[in-house]
Amino acid sequence: MLETLPVILDALANPVHILFMVLGVMGGIVVGALPGLTATMALALLLPFTFSMNAESALITLGGLYIGGIYGGCISAILINTPGTPSSIATTFDGYPLTRQGKPDQALVTAAISSGIGGLLGGFALLYLTPLLAEWALRFGPPEYFWISMLGLTMIASLSAGSMLKGLIGGAFGLLLSTIGIAPIGGETRYTFGSSAMLAGLELIVVLIAFFCIPEVISMVEKQVEAGGAAHFKPQKGVIRFIFNRLIRKPVLLARSAIIGIITGIIPGAGGNVASLLSYDSAVRFSRNRSSFGKGNIDGVAASECANNAEVGGSLVPLLSLGIPGAPPAAVILGALMMQGIQPGPDLFTGHSDLVYTFLWAFIVANVVMLILGLVGSRFVGRIINLPPYILAPAIAFLTVIGSYAIRNSLFDVAVMIGLGILAYFTKKFGFSPGPVVLGLILGPIAEKGLAQSILLGQAQGNIWMMFFSRPVSLVLIALCLLSLFTPLVSARFQRKIRQDSDSVDK
Amino acid sequence: MSRKHVKFSLMVGIALMFLFVLSACGSGQPANTNETESGDDAAVSEGDTEAAGPNGDDSENTYPTDPITYQIPFNPGGQSDVEARRQQPYLEQMLGQKVVIQYKPGGGGAVGWTELVNQKPDGYFISGINIPHIILQPLSKEDIGYQTEQIEPIVIMQATPIGLAVPKDSGITSLDQFIQQAKDNPGSVTVAGSGTYTGHHMAHLMLEKLADIKMQYVPFTGAAPAVQAFLGGNTTAMWGNSSDLVKYKDRINILAIGSEKTFKPLPDVPTFKELGYDMTAGIDRGVGAPPGTDPEIIKVLEKAFLDIVKKPEIQEEMYEQGFEPKTMGAEASREYIQSKVADYQDILENLEE
Repeated sequence: MLETLPVILDALANPVHILFMVLGVMGGIVVGALPGLTATMALALLLPFTFSMNAESALITLGGLYIGGIYGGCISAILINTPGTPSSIATTFDGYPLTRQGKPDQALVTAAISSGIGGLLGGFALLYLTPLLAEWALRFGPPEYFWISMLGLTMIASLSAGSMLKGLIGGAFGLLLSTIGIAPIGGETRYTFGSSAMLAGLELIVVLIAFFCIPEVISMVEKQVEAGGAAHFKPQKGVIRFIFNRLIRKPVLLARSAIIGIITGIIPGAGGNVASLLSYDSAVRFSRNRSSFGKGNIDGVAASECANNAEVGGSLVPLLSLGIPGAPPAAVILGALMMQGIQPGPDLFTGHSDLVYTFLWAFIVANVVMLILGLVGSRFVGRIINLPPYILAPAIAFLTVIGSYAIRNSLFDVAVMIGLGILAYFTKKFGFSPGPVVLGLILGPIAEKGLAQSILLGQAQGNIWMMFFSRPVSLVLIALCLLSLFTPLVSARFQRKIRQDSDSVDK
Repeated sequence: MSRKHVKFSLMVGIALMFLFVLSACGSGQPANTNETESGDDAAVSEGDTEAAGPNGDDSENTYPTDPITYQIPFNPGGQSDVEARRQQPYLEQMLGQKVVIQYKPGGGGAVGWTELVNQKPDGYFISGINIPHIILQPLSKEDIGYQTEQIEPIVIMQATPIGLAVPKDSGITSLDQFIQQAKDNPGSVTVAGSGTYTGHHMAHLMLEKLADIKMQYVPFTGAAPAVQAFLGGNTTAMWGNSSDLVKYKDRINILAIGSEKTFKPLPDVPTFKELGYDMTAGIDRGVGAPPGTDPEIIKVLEKAFLDIVKKPEIQEEMYEQGFEPKTMGAEASREYIQSKVADYQDILENLEE
């Protein structure tokens, strides 16, 4: 790497590259913040513009856009309870309650700092550990995918606010929704009712908008009719220092979130959404103050955002070393590399080391750019919630329609969004939270594929059980599943005991 | 109150404009298709005068006068997208019109092709087509919203032959060895591939039939996950697209490839035919138009696409990336698709027995 240092410095000192990087990050943040327009979409939009650039500029711009896009998703998650990208689903859980309390700046600053830290850690992992981690990615076969999705489903326990039964019902509903369309294995059509639009299944973004955003918009209108006067936001001084001091005392939280993000990123097929949810879940489980989550705990925001930006670096590991994109946006970067005449794969690091190391260092610098832009921006974007509901509600409603249309150019998706959104409004009234539904929708296909493929492989080897219960990575995941399932029970009993003890002392 | 209203409507107006611009970009400018649908009063761009072409006094020959939407029925960044992006600047130059690439992924392409056959056949909506996808989907599923014959092929310009590969350390170096192993252990040799009722699946069934062996096909959702599972040692072998085979050629032994003749980027790999198995396997990529499109319009597009793919620098680029350039015009493409329909019908009937 040392011999490429002059080249890297030269490329990074190029003002054009810096300009492209900043523009890329900014563009990414804007697109990411708009619900329905994802980081993947932003990259695809920019792709044609990069053809006329040289390979370095193209990669630097796209890398910045990817980073900005994933970060940008937190803005709408925090301010209007709608994940701008699927990666920021978990950010809504605590980010939006903070906004309701009139403290969106705290949530935004937390998101910026933890995204920056996560992104940097992910970037360094990408820089130093890629060959090592890539081999690790290959150890994930069908049974491991099955078990990791089972692990994910145990998160329903932390995500179902209040009632476990309602959480389970929601999760099952999400799993059911995920089976619509062509079966991933076997190719049968399911629940399409003869409509070819249903063949493609439900788009995650559309369901996200429906379950997170629509109920919020309707209740915004309701409140206006009833009384009016929502939370008011006044930017306060010293928030950045306050949050920074709080976060710096939580190195374990940040490190754990980043590691979860990187690992999830490396595993192709599990994206930033899974990363941020797993990380949020672990933050809740390891917290001594569990009941504060979901009510505006900045740790929840930090866990989610740190993980999803660390995932960006992780998702590029299998791309650069094996030519396998770790996440949908990485697939677009693969396309960009191919158009530049570069074939990512085992010999990319040796064949194009100048370019790769320039890209990796630019990636790290871009995370710093994102951090700065995020901090500066948090002073301004928070004011959006000061808009009166009669402006905000229609504007958001408009965005939801645009967003759900744009993702696949489909009016059908708009109809689905409205239908499910109204359903979500009423189920929310009955105490169902959207988290488990979305979780089921994300993990359903991963679980199904893993299960079916493992059975096929097991049958061929003559022993299905061996396939599921004998592989080392699978065993670790099974242990984590059991741990995840039983810790709530154990700790609930433990807490009850403490309470009884303290009660008896009081008496 | 009134000042407040003015301010309000101004803000909403600005917000709407902002959103509209964004959405137009975000969806690959679908607004353009609306323009062409709504008729001639659509905004006419400056390129029109050039578009008249060399003998452009006849109104028939003035096509195209509006931007053309080029649909990709897959996600951005895939092989179809890469090909379209490669063509886009040349197309715009040759046709004198903007070419707008629009993604409509879903159902392995089925959603996009349903969209295609329901579009107006005015030449302003074309779509990438993949063979065997457009043949196998209507043959194997009931709810598919299009029929193979409905798609008017314009050109077939690129192919990725499908090959069979095993890990380098497996000790298997020839197809005969592999088939012997499959014969000795019926049903226990696993082969990863992309999807069910796809090119990979068909290649698997054909080889099973021709070699009289029984193996286990393990479908993955796309070529990348299949490659990953195979490289991770989860399956004995893999059906791989030529572009992937070229990419991983140092890690794998490629036993045979489904091209008609020796595949240029992999000169040492024998074809199935050379080894005595009368089969070809591959994915062909082309472009199609809605049913009932004017043959004159097809001719204009056919010429543009063929001119592009015949450029030596384009062919060179394709070979480097592990693709095979093809130069089939509309008529040749139609015949090719028809012959494939017959082939696959046979295979699927055998499967049901």
